[in-house]
Amino acid sequence: MKKYSIFSVIGNALSYHRNWQRAWRNPDPKPRYDAVIVGGGGHGLATAYYLAAEHGLRNIAVLEKGWIGGGNTGRNTTIIRSNYLYDESVHLYDHAVKLWADLSQVLNYNVMYSARGVMMLAHNTHDVQSFKRHIYANRLNGVDNEWLTPGEAKDFCPPLSLDPKARYAIVGAALQRRGGVARHDAVAWGYARAADALGVDIIQNCEVLEIRSDNSGAVERVVTSRGAIEVRKVGVVAAGHTSVVMGRAGLRMPLESFPLQALVSEPVKPIFPCVVMSNTVHAYISQSDRGELVIGAGTDQYVSYSQTGGLHVATHTLEAICELFPVFTRLRMLRNWGGIVDVTPDRSPIIGRTPVQGLYVNCGWGTGGFKATPGSGHVFAHTIAHDKEHPINAPFTLERFRTGRLIDEAAAAAVAH
Amino acid sequence: MLLIRCPYCGPRAEIEFRGGGEAHIARPIDPAATSDAQWADFLFFRSNSRGPHAERWLHAYGCQRWFNAVRDTVSDRITTTYKSGEPRPR
Repeated sequence: MKKYSIFSVIGNALSYHRNWQRAWRNPDPKPRYDAVIVGGGGHGLATAYYLAAEHGLRNIAVLEKGWIGGGNTGRNTTIIRSNYLYDESVHLYDHAVKLWADLSQVLNYNVMYSARGVMMLAHNTHDVQSFKRHIYANRLNGVDNEWLTPGEAKDFCPPLSLDPKARYAIVGAALQRRGGVARHDAVAWGYARAADALGVDIIQNCEVLEIRSDNSGAVERVVTSRGAIEVRKVGVVAAGHTSVVMGRAGLRMPLESFPLQALVSEPVKPIFPCVVMSNTVHAYISQSDRGELVIGAGTDQYVSYSQTGGLHVATHTLEAICELFPVFTRLRMLRNWGGIVDVTPDRSPIIGRTPVQGLYVNCGWGTGGFKATPGSGHVFAHTIAHDKEHPINAPFTLERFRTGRLIDEAAAAAVAH
Repeated sequence: MLLIRCPYCGPRAEIEFRGGGEAHIARPIDPAATSDAQWADFLFFRSNSRGPHAERWLHAYGCQRWFNAVRDTVSDRITTTYKSGEPRPR
């Protein structure tokens, strides 16, 4: 892999940018791998990268049904934060935030991580009590989170309206300054390029049709749309389609897949300096470097794989945005779309082994998986390489639904479930 | 937005309804004799089908009655609705 640097930009400019090396190869699947990752989104590619970089597994492949980063990685609102309530969640999400800090340097790919602060608005007494509880819990875990008065919130985010006559007036806010955003596509591409440089085969347009086990019940082969592959370790990272893929190994999952919508406005000059979220009126918003306002809406109430949601769901969010930020009332929306999010009963992810030997699963990130991409890949790679959970993801096994040790983060998640 | 045919009131807009999740999940008759795995399966594990999916709906802002629907989760097209207690149509 040729390193990206100021010198490579200048050098390639001299040849009119015709000689850039391909970011990753386009190989055909080999008949045998040491490990296969099913799903070429951010989490899957990160898993492959850390398997190769930290655990020395080089004869591995990422199998992607469509194109890499074409699912939820390319459809989310790119918010990064770790202000979760419970110790288990904080450890998991803050592990990711720490990896985000120098990810661009590690991957030699600019993922445009911008720690511009995530501010969550409180509109009533319940919000105030809940957020302060989160703040104190976070501080006990060494995670930054602070309380802002309405005036301080307005100073941090000038477009915010403090109109006391608003239906849901703002009474304060919780701010995590290390939170922020990153460029979603670049995360997938950066991990893909770095993994490819370490010998990982990234195979696109290759759907896994069946995951077969031998007589002892251990994985021995995956059958794909591009031929069979002998492999003893399979990691499924298929987001909204996890139930479908795991069904091909004969397993049921505690998951339901819902459409979650996002939309962007027409591009405008820099006006919005941070990320603002409101659970109560259900809106979250930030501004991309291209100038579009990136707005997240809610999930539909029914299981669907359609990658589109109801217009009334997006409308609800835009009404909330217009009340919080009357300055945006006349902005036009440019595009909206849906992604399929796999939601667990306790709104925490599942990362670990499964009842099938050699089959591992990383799923259930629901409405907030992007922020965890590096940490998720890091601990999942450890799980696959050692056939044992990393201490950080040990509480997040599939087994917890049988033992009852749930991690009920529903109140801490950004989206009202 | 879906157009949902309530078996009691006829076709109405989705905002009149509340989704109730997968249909035809029977609570184990004797919980004390049910294993943890079976109980977890009842509480948490779902078919999450890609394709025809039987699900419960409540006509919350109408007749307030529960009923079932079969909907294709890829096209979101509802093929049939039927009253609770009736078997899933073939």
